[in-house]
Amino acid sequence: MSAALSSSRHLGKPAIQLLGVNKWYGQMHVLRNINLEIAEGERVVVCGPSGSGKSTMIRCINRLEEHQQGQIIVDGIELSDDLKSLDAIRREVGMVFQSFNLFPHLTILENCTLAPIWVRKMPKKEAEELAMEYLTRVRIPEQANKYPGQLSGGQQQRVAIARALCMKPKIMLFDEPTSALDPEMIKEVLDTMVMLADTGMTMICVTHEMGFARQVADRVVFMDRGEVVESNTPNELFGNPQTDRLKLFLSQILRGH
Amino acid sequence: MSVTTHTPSPALPPPSRLMAGGPLGWVKANLLNGVFNSMITLLLAYLLVRYTISFVDWAFLNAIWQVPNDRFGRADTSSCRDIKGIGACWAVITEKHRFILFGTYPYEEHWRPAIVCVLFIALYIVSAMRRFWRKELVLVWAVTLTAIGLLMWGGVFGLSYVPQERWGGLPITLILATFGLAFAFPLAIMVALGRRSRLPAIKALCVVYVELIRGVPLISLLFMASVMFPLFLPEGLNIDKLLRAQVAIILFAGAYLAEVVRAGLQSLPKGQYEAAEALGLSYWQKTGFIILPQALRLVIPPLVNTFIGFFKDTSLVLIIGIFDLLTAAKTAIIEPQWQGFAVEVYVTVGLIYFIFCFAMSKYSAGLEAELNKHRKR
Ligand SMILES: Nc1ncnc2c1ncn2[C@@H]1O[C@H](COP(=O)(O)OP(=O)(O)O)[C@@H](O)[C@H]1O
Ligand SMILES: [Mg+2]
Repeated sequence: MSAALSSSRHLGKPAIQLLGVNKWYGQMHVLRNINLEIAEGERVVVCGPSGSGKSTMIRCINRLEEHQQGQIIVDGIELSDDLKSLDAIRREVGMVFQSFNLFPHLTILENCTLAPIWVRKMPKKEAEELAMEYLTRVRIPEQANKYPGQLSGGQQQRVAIARALCMKPKIMLFDEPTSALDPEMIKEVLDTMVMLADTGMTMICVTHEMGFARQVADRVVFMDRGEVVESNTPNELFGNPQTDRLKLFLSQILRGH
Repeated sequence: MSVTTHTPSPALPPPSRLMAGGPLGWVKANLLNGVFNSMITLLLAYLLVRYTISFVDWAFLNAIWQVPNDRFGRADTSSCRDIKGIGACWAVITEKHRFILFGTYPYEEHWRPAIVCVLFIALYIVSAMRRFWRKELVLVWAVTLTAIGLLMWGGVFGLSYVPQERWGGLPITLILATFGLAFAFPLAIMVALGRRSRLPAIKALCVVYVELIRGVPLISLLFMASVMFPLFLPEGLNIDKLLRAQVAIILFAGAYLAEVVRAGLQSLPKGQYEAAEALGLSYWQKTGFIILPQALRLVIPPLVNTFIGFFKDTSLVLIIGIFDLLTAAKTAIIEPQWQGFAVEVYVTVGLIYFIFCFAMSKYSAGLEAELNKHRKR
C-alpha cells in the first residue's frame, strides 16, 4: 500500500493516525476497528455507501464526535478529553461541511476573520488582508461585504473553504462538499479543491466525485458498514476492485452517473 | 438539423390589483361588495363615528380642567360632580398629578424623582440606538443607575435623606422594571445555557429553578419576599422591602425569559455549533459570537412580549404595600372630595403604561427588521 503511495509523490511523516478506532451510537457499532495512517501532504478520498460511517470517521478526527476505543493521533497530539489538546488540534484542522454552515448573521469577510482574530489572536487588519487573499484565491473577493444568504450555493461553499483556510490549517477535512450543490456549481467547488491540493495541503475528502478522486487523490479509501474495506490508488481501486462489496458499490455509483 | 432562433420573451410588470380604480375603487371592491358587506360596513362606520364623537365630547369638549378651592382650602369638586358621565374631570389630574407621579416623596424635593424619570428615559433612548452598542454602554448604565440611587436616597452633596418607604409613583415602576429586566435578562441567558449544559448538576439546578418559579404566581412570590423571608433573617437584620420585591421580580422574570432564550437556542441548526467548534472557537467565543446573536434575534418578538408583560406586572407590588405608579394613582383618589373620579385617573395612568409599552413594541419591530436584514436576499 505505502509502496504505491511513495511511487507517486514524496510524502512526509504521518499527519493523522487512527489505530484500532471503534465507535458506537447506542448499540450500533458505526466504526469497526479502523486503522488508517495519512501522511503529511497526502490527499485521501473516502467513499462508500450512505451510512457506512464516512462522516463519523472524519468528524472523529477533529472530535466533533468522540471515539470510544483506540487511538487517534493528529499532528503528533493524541485526541483525549484534555481540552488544551483539543483546542490545539482544532486550530490545525479545517473542516468543510456538506451544508456549508456559514454564519448567516456575519458578512463573508467577518465569517473569514472571526476565528483568526479570536483563536489565532491575529490583529484585525492583518486578518482582513489574509481573508481577502483567500477570497481572491477562491475567486469571490467582490462578495466580501455581502451576507451568506445573498450568495449561491457554490459561492457559499467556496467561502466555507476560504474560511477554513484563513486559520492556516495543516489538514483539511471535507465531508461531501459538493453533495448539496446544483450540478452547474459542483465544478467551481471541485476546481477550488484541486487548486488547494496543488498547494500540498493534507486533505481527507469524503466524496463520490470519481473524476476528482482520479485527478488529485494519492489514495482512495472504501468504507462499508463501519469498516475500511479497501484502500488503494484511485486507478487500482476503481479499475481493479478486490471485494464484492466494492464491486457492487462501484456498479451502483456508475449507474447513477 | 434545423436550428430555431429563440427570442426571449420580454419581462412584463406584474398586473396591479391594488388601487386599480383609485381609492374609491378600493372602497367599492373591499367594503361595499354585496348587500351584506355594505350593511356591515355602514353599521361599523356609524358605531365608530358615534363613539368617537361621544369620547371627544367627554374627554375634551365637556371636560373640566380646573376646580376652585372651597373656604377650607380644599378642592371644590361640585362642578365636576354635576357633569359626571357627560364630561371628564381632568381637574383631578391637574390637582393630583405630582402625587400620582411621585407618591409620598417629600413635596419640595419632587425635582429629584423628576430628574430620575428623565434619566431613565434618556438611558432607554441611548441604549436603544445601535451606534451606542459598545462596551462603554455598560459604564453609562452603571453611572446613570448610581446617579439615580444618589438622587432618590440623597444624604450626600447637600441632598436631604429620603428613606425608601417614602419613594413612590413612576420612579418606583421604572426602578422595578429597569433593574428587574437588566438583571433578569443576563440571568435568563445563563439559565438557558445551563439547561443545555453537559454537566448534570448545572443542568438540574437550572431546570429546578425554572420549574419552581414558573409553578408559583408572582403574587405569592412577592408575599414570600415581603412576609416570609424576613422571618428567616436573624434579629436586627432588615433587608429593604423594595429590594426584596426587586429580587422576587428578577427571579420571576428570569425564569420566563430563560424559556424564551432556550427556544431560540434550540431553533439554531446543529451545523452552526459544529462550524464554530471546528474553527477552534472556545465555548464562550462560540456562544457569544455565533449562538446567542442568532438565537436572540430569532426570539425578539417573544422576548419583547415578556418584557412588556413584566413592565406591567411590576404593578403587582401594590399588594405588599410598595408605592408604584398604580398604587399612587389609587391612593390619590382616596380623599372624599376626589372619590368617584377613578376613570380619569386610571385612563391617565393607563396612558403612561401604554406609552412605555407601545414604545417598546414599536422599537422591537424596527430592531427585528434591522437585525434580520441578512435573512433577506
Ligand atoms: N448522532 C447520531 N446518533 C445516532 N446514530 C447516528 C448519528 N450519526 C450517525 N449515525 C448513524 O451512524 C451511521 C454512520 O453514519 P455516517 O457516518 O453519517 O455515514 P455516512 O457519512 O457514511 O453516510 C449511520 O447508520 C447513521 O444512521
Ligand atoms: Mg455523511
